Amino acid sequence: MHRIEVGSNILQANEEIALENKEVFRRHGIFVVNVMSAPGAGKTSVLEETIKRMKSSYNIGVIEGDLHTTIDSDRISALGVPAFQITTGAVCHLDARMIHNAFHGFKLEGLDLLFIENVGNLVCPAEFYLGEDLRVMVFSTVEGADKPKKYPVMFHEAEAVLLNKVDLVPYSGVALDELINNVLDVNPDANIFPTSCRTEEGIDLWTDWLTHRIEISRPANEAAKTTVAQHRG
Amino acid sequence: MHELAMTQSIIELVEAEARKHGSDRVNTIKLRIGQFTGVVKEALEFSFDVIKHGTMAESAELQIEIVPLRKRCEPCNKVFGGNGDFDFFCPDCNRPAEIVSGRELQIEYIDLA
Repeated sequence: MHRIEVGSNILQANEEIALENKEVFRRHGIFVVNVMSAPGAGKTSVLEETIKRMKSSYNIGVIEGDLHTTIDSDRISALGVPAFQITTGAVCHLDARMIHNAFHGFKLEGLDLLFIENVGNLVCPAEFYLGEDLRVMVFSTVEGADKPKKYPVMFHEAEAVLLNKVDLVPYSGVALDELINNVLDVNPDANIFPTSCRTEEGIDLWTDWLTHRIEISRPANEAAKTTVAQHRG
Repeated sequence: MHELAMTQSIIELVEAEARKHGSDRVNTIKLRIGQFTGVVKEALEFSFDVIKHGTMAESAELQIEIVPLRKRCEPCNKVFGGNGDFDFFCPDCNRPAEIVSGRELQIEYIDLA
């Protein structure tokens, strides 16, 4: 019997495909946003509001990940934006290969902004890099102020955290300050946006930040990256 | 249950490694799994038991070491954590700290027959 030191990352195969995806996106000049949340936090509604505000400035596409149905891609298509639905069956997250395979059925030419709406799940998607430039988390305030402490990984991995359904705060009894502090505890650099898709509160602040974030990522502006404004609720 | 996908990757990597070293049977798989990952040890063990049949790892023992989350405050040059606490602020100066361990998803070694 002999021992072999391996040292490999378990998700190495996924990481390699994700880097290939990243190169494909770079060649097409597409900025890619991976949107993650628990089921029902409002990812699709946030995307609808975001697309309405940004589609005059960007050629937007959306890849939707769900266990079943094309409900979400139908909602996005209704806005006049190309949408591609990945149905994962029983798989609880999108992985890099699913995105890679989507390239065969989804035209990237002409796009400059792609949203990937991940499968609704507060744990698994955070571990699977897809080749994106930006990770965004949508969290519904009614889920409770303690969740960043209970599910810290996704909160830590997200560059921007949208605290959605903020219009329901008066009814749910959730302390927004406590929630924001709990997000910052696990992710001190988080850009936090309290939002509501019903009242549209906070949506413009979020899309302004996103637009700025995309523009400073353009190759010529890489150096300016550190000047991103920090929105902290 | 992303542990199932991870277990699939583990077996693929381990089989490739065994083949490279001219073996077709793996006795031990040693993993290092960070505390600050979405991975549940029991779910990983369960997935492994489900998936190992008919592979080179069929009779392998799966050993899982959980690596605690530790953070470093650069200005204070202080490493803290390891107590199950997910707070990212330095206990001394209250500035945000960087992760130094706890995000591992690693196959450390395998023992071949």
